[in-house]
Amino acid sequence: MSRGLAHQVALIARRSIVRTFRQPGTWIPPLLFPLMLMAVNSNGLRAATHLPGFPTRSFLAFFLPFSFLQGALFASGIAGTDLARDIDTGFLNRLALTPVRGSALLLGQIGGAVGLGALQACVYLGVGLAAGVHIDAGLPGALLILVLAVLIATGWGTLGLWLALRTGSGEGVQSQFPLLFFATFISSMNLPRNLIEVTWFRDIATVNPVSYMIEGLRSLVIVGWDAQALLLGFGFALALIACSLLLATRQLKVRMTRT
Amino acid sequence: MSRSDKGIHAEGLVRRFKDVEAVAGIDLEIRPGEIYGFLGPNGAGKSTTVHMLTTLLPPTAGRASVAGFDVASEGPKVRAAIGAALQEAALDPFLTGREHLRLQASLHGIAGRRRDELIEALLERVGLAQAGSRKVRTYSGGMKRRLDLALALIHDPSTLFLDEPTTGLDPQSRTALWDEVARLAREEGVTVFLTTQYLEEADVLADRVGIIDHGRIVAEGTPARLKAEIGKPTVEVVPERPDELDRLRDLLRRFGSETAARPGGYAVQLDGHGDLPAVIRALDVEELRAAEINLHQPTLDDVFLAKTGRTLEGADEA
Amino acid sequence: MKLRGIVDVALALAYRQITVLLKNPSLFVPPMLFPLLNFTAFAGGLSRLRHVPGFDFHGGYTAFQFVFVLLQSAAFGGVFAGFGIARDFERGFARRLLVSAPQRTGIVVGYALSALFRWAMIAVVLTIVALAVGMKVGGSGVDLFGLYGLAIIFNQVGLLWACGVAMRFRSVQAGPLMQTPVFMVLFLSPVYVPLHLLRGWIHAVARVNPLTFILEAGRGFIEGQPTDVATGFGLALGLAAVFAVWARTGLARAERAG
Repeated sequence: MSRGLAHQVALIARRSIVRTFRQPGTWIPPLLFPLMLMAVNSNGLRAATHLPGFPTRSFLAFFLPFSFLQGALFASGIAGTDLARDIDTGFLNRLALTPVRGSALLLGQIGGAVGLGALQACVYLGVGLAAGVHIDAGLPGALLILVLAVLIATGWGTLGLWLALRTGSGEGVQSQFPLLFFATFISSMNLPRNLIEVTWFRDIATVNPVSYMIEGLRSLVIVGWDAQALLLGFGFALALIACSLLLATRQLKVRMTRT
Repeated sequence: MSRSDKGIHAEGLVRRFKDVEAVAGIDLEIRPGEIYGFLGPNGAGKSTTVHMLTTLLPPTAGRASVAGFDVASEGPKVRAAIGAALQEAALDPFLTGREHLRLQASLHGIAGRRRDELIEALLERVGLAQAGSRKVRTYSGGMKRRLDLALALIHDPSTLFLDEPTTGLDPQSRTALWDEVARLAREEGVTVFLTTQYLEEADVLADRVGIIDHGRIVAEGTPARLKAEIGKPTVEVVPERPDELDRLRDLLRRFGSETAARPGGYAVQLDGHGDLPAVIRALDVEELRAAEINLHQPTLDDVFLAKTGRTLEGADEA
Repeated sequence: MKLRGIVDVALALAYRQITVLLKNPSLFVPPMLFPLLNFTAFAGGLSRLRHVPGFDFHGGYTAFQFVFVLLQSAAFGGVFAGFGIARDFERGFARRLLVSAPQRTGIVVGYALSALFRWAMIAVVLTIVALAVGMKVGGSGVDLFGLYGLAIIFNQVGLLWACGVAMRFRSVQAGPLMQTPVFMVLFLSPVYVPLHLLRGWIHAVARVNPLTFILEAGRGFIEGQPTDVATGFGLALGLAAVFAVWARTGLARAERAG
């Protein structure tokens, strides 16, 4: 990245982060909701640990990684809605009239999602540890969890930007969310894939990249160092970033037709 | 930055959106330092023209240049030379006025102490020095427009595009904005392209006016020349005694041809056989007492009516 | 005369709400999709839980989850209708209603009827999907009547709660306040396994959660072994009565606010 581009990205990212965190009503509920679900599900599904073949005695340890993913989904909605507001109010046009490059605009806008993703990751990990979760991969594993969680938030955040550029409205972004939630539900969020009885559900979970992102995070918590799980988790997170960035870049060219 | 001497030029500028031709061939020749008023009803093509000239929209056909740079092939150079306050105030409600200016200045490559000094000077100039640290969502409509103008000026552009800048402002804010725009053109030689629906705004501010309707310029010239070309003044008299209306009619007919008047009155368009003082003298001689005498000068709306068959104020219902 | 006035207002408002809903699929689709998503995820992804030692529901995991999702959709159907009420206040329509309705209690009844209609469509789709994927129904027609009856009452409970909030705050910003308590009540109940298989604090909370009894009664109906019927209906009707007062006093507050 050239110095000029890096500087522009930093400027836009700074604004994105400031703008995100100045809306506590927008980011606090999505921060808390996964914690609520974590508390409820870790206890409500504790009986699942009695199933033969369940990989851990602690359902909280099993379920914790899903919180990162859920947080990333919310961050995606916030990033998308904020960009949609910029399109709606004409702020995107204002930026388009400056020397800012399209790539800087996009990369910078992701800043808010990344910032929020980082905060969420720290909070969920902290709460998990305080509630007694043991990270099998130790301190290095905990740091890697944070890195992977931020990458996942970046990928979903970029997807949110694509939705915003495609629909041009906050409502348009929000209306796509049931589909994204569907993608997270049909995964190994609640049970390991080998324990899912319903064949079609297990098959979809097996081809669903979300399962591998969750399993990558989960492996650090309950297994330790599982190279395959980590490769797949990081691989799909990076692939999501790449695909979303490509989609968003193309859509930005359509949306921002400046000469 | 020195002022460009190249102004704004357009030749056969066209913009189509699928089946709709929003701009159907516009020619423009605007001198550096001129305030050009672009007048027309909603949907006439004003904002589309502005978007093309500010490089936000590529033209479908035709050519245009701003400050000496081609809008289609030299977009970045055009953008460096222009400032724009578009139809929406386009502000982030969660940033402060200063943060907006800081971001804008930084993106234009202005850094360090020079940037900070510029920001404070501009805030002072637009009357937002006290409000600079407040978030924009606490600003009134007038304050937002002033910040918008400051943002357009931060990098000292040679050309300024103002797209309906006073829509929704109270009279005081509107006048303040007019004063600033006039000063920019007069003292700093900034070329101003101003689109508006308000006749008064074009009348007061613009050196020349172009009237657009259905994507084409239907009239162009100084406000005075356009009005003189189209209309002559009208004198309307309401007699004190209604039974003297016939006598009044006979008298006024000497000064021009009949035109529409309110009930109980009579009006003529003066055709060179005398002016208002002459009419008053004649009324005095004939001992005809008037309850009301009104002199109507032609307006730009009359110009629009003459050119298109509709009034500007009713044009968006057509 | 008063009753006639209430009915007239209620029917007029319900007609308008239903028309708006049918003309705006975007208002209708999310409340339809979420229950289906939950049903798919829970019944499809968690069916192995029936093998947990002590899991004593014999109607199949699909039926076990169907009852929860049915009640969840009923409750949230009411809550989504509450969003609509808040929107009506923001847009000024509700003020016009207050001015023109001769019997204002009819306003609450009208919103309740439209919420029921909205949920009925969701319930039909959910039922068809559940049957299509092979859900076992052990109960008789009477049992099923009892199950859907419980769900109808729970839908009204959700609506009356949300209506009271909407009329007090008169803004869609109160949305989270409408949703969150309902969500908590739903998920602090035996969602995934029967009550006796819960452990720790969640068991303690679920034991006193009224929804637990309603849920168990519903599951008893679908299994064909009705249980806690009187308690379930009693609690559901009791909640409906409490929130009817909540909604009516909310309406009074809205009237005073003008």
